[in-house]
Amino acid sequence: MKAAVVVFPGSNCDRDCKTAIERTTGASVTLVWHGESELPAGLDLIVLPGGFAYGDYLRAGAMAALSPVMGAVGEAAARGVAVAGICNGFQVLTEAGLLPGALLRNAGLKYVCKPVELDVVNTQTRFTAAYGEQRRAVMTVGNGEGAYFADHETLDRLEGEGRVVFRYRYNPNGSARAVAGIVSQDGNVLGVMPHPDRAFETELGSADGALLFQSVLGGF
Amino acid sequence: MRAKVEVFLKPGVLDVQGKAVENALHGLGWAGAANVRVGRVITFDLAAANAADGRVEAEAMCDRLLANPVIESWTVEVTA
Repeated sequence: MKAAVVVFPGSNCDRDCKTAIERTTGASVTLVWHGESELPAGLDLIVLPGGFAYGDYLRAGAMAALSPVMGAVGEAAARGVAVAGICNGFQVLTEAGLLPGALLRNAGLKYVCKPVELDVVNTQTRFTAAYGEQRRAVMTVGNGEGAYFADHETLDRLEGEGRVVFRYRYNPNGSARAVAGIVSQDGNVLGVMPHPDRAFETELGSADGALLFQSVLGGF
Repeated sequence: MRAKVEVFLKPGVLDVQGKAVENALHGLGWAGAANVRVGRVITFDLAAANAADGRVEAEAMCDRLLANPVIESWTVEVTA
């Protein structure tokens, strides 16, 4: 299996993602600079990692969404390749229009960095199949603009179509309907605010994030 | 030609920054301060032939990059 992690100027979880994916799935992972207009051939997963791409200038994810590599990411997503945006990567995906909604400043105004309990709402997705009967997961959030926002109609649609895949058990940032992660209509694009890459082995406090990578890439 | 764009969160979207500033103003004794909204001002030069064309261009820039239409609304001012 092959995965790529996009590196934007200001990404800071790119190597965490590479390590997490390699250790949990055995897939080979290429780091791809955002200035590339092409991605390696035959990818099974593209990850947009956490961080502060372009220093969050203008809005978190706004500049990164216009990076040359995002054209290739959009094309890959349209072909059905799995794309996962984690934290800042989720912000980039909403700014790029690959996922609905937006991420707002946290309701408490503070940067929130802590482990959170999640409900795995839908285990029938490419990103959650490996959770099986496990309907709870612990991962770490680290965000200042992590409050998911979408209008009621969009939220109803996401819920109705089973596209809310992760939900906070105790909402840490004022996310609408406690949404922590959603997938695209075709189910191959995931945006998730908590970090599976910071919860992939028990030494990190939780290994629940491993199942996310393993759902896409196998190895479980 | 000079454009000035003001971007704010839409009325229905909770502006937590505005809320915090409002609370701080109350703390300083301005009890009447209400509906505080914190926004962003962006100014730039335009090469448009006239103000109307400049406005069209600036509006497109807002829609595409300067604002996020999902959560923000904006006003455009173009001056010669």
